[in-house]
Amino acid sequence: MPLSWYLIFAAALFSIGLYGVLSRRNAVAILMGIELMLNAVNINLVAFWRYSDLASIAGQAFAVVVFAVAAAEVAVGLALVIAVYRRRETVAADEINLMKW
Amino acid sequence: MTGLEFVFVLIAALTLFSAVMVVTTPNMVRAALWLILALFGVAGTFVLLNAAFLAVVQVVVYIGAIAVLMIFAIMLTRKVMKDSGPQTNSTWGLAALIAAALFGGLTFALTRSPAATLMAPDFSTVSDPVAELGRALVSPQAYVIPFEVASVLLLAAMIGAIYVAWKK
Repeated sequence: MPLSWYLIFAAALFSIGLYGVLSRRNAVAILMGIELMLNAVNINLVAFWRYSDLASIAGQAFAVVVFAVAAAEVAVGLALVIAVYRRRETVAADEINLMKW
Repeated sequence: MTGLEFVFVLIAALTLFSAVMVVTTPNMVRAALWLILALFGVAGTFVLLNAAFLAVVQVVVYIGAIAVLMIFAIMLTRKVMKDSGPQTNSTWGLAALIAAALFGGLTFALTRSPAATLMAPDFSTVSDPVAELGRALVSPQAYVIPFEVASVLLLAAMIGAIYVAWKK
């Protein structure tokens, strides 16, 4: 099957994640959208590795780095959500607007 | 349509459906369970792409750690956001428009690119991709610096997360 199948699948997954990030009010749901987007990026990286030079392992190595960054992002993000919840009693992103211009 | 293509379409449809449910379900715990299904679909895609190690890491890190962490956070913050209230903000229509435009633009560009018709090379020519990846991640000629920087980032994020969530 041609490479474009994987790329279009990843593009669809990325767009769905982007919609989730832009539209959801719950901060944890926004983090879930970011996870979907990172997964779409990983599919692209691995697909490009599989469809180009198999000997150069760059695509998989970068996918491993993306895994580490995703874990770091979700740990800090959820810690922030918990800290905000403790102080403000809310996790709705549009009510956390103290630092908004 | 070959067997591999059929399996791919099946996994892709399942993953995209679960992803849509993740961003639209009002109940956050259900959204997290749909997220787990979507992550399993991505792991299946890795298997189809002959990246077995990454498929296992996907299950262990994403489903075993990140999804469980999400469910913990949802349950700790559950009582403030009732599932019946509005789950989308006022600009969700614009968000849907942007996402659809992005998908349309990417598909338009991808189908026109010369790489779109590329076929996968024969996989049996590679000796052992997992050993290859392991060597690349610790070899100074390859990716030892990005790998170590990612480790330091993870450590810093862990310390930062503990500090931010600490009860003062």
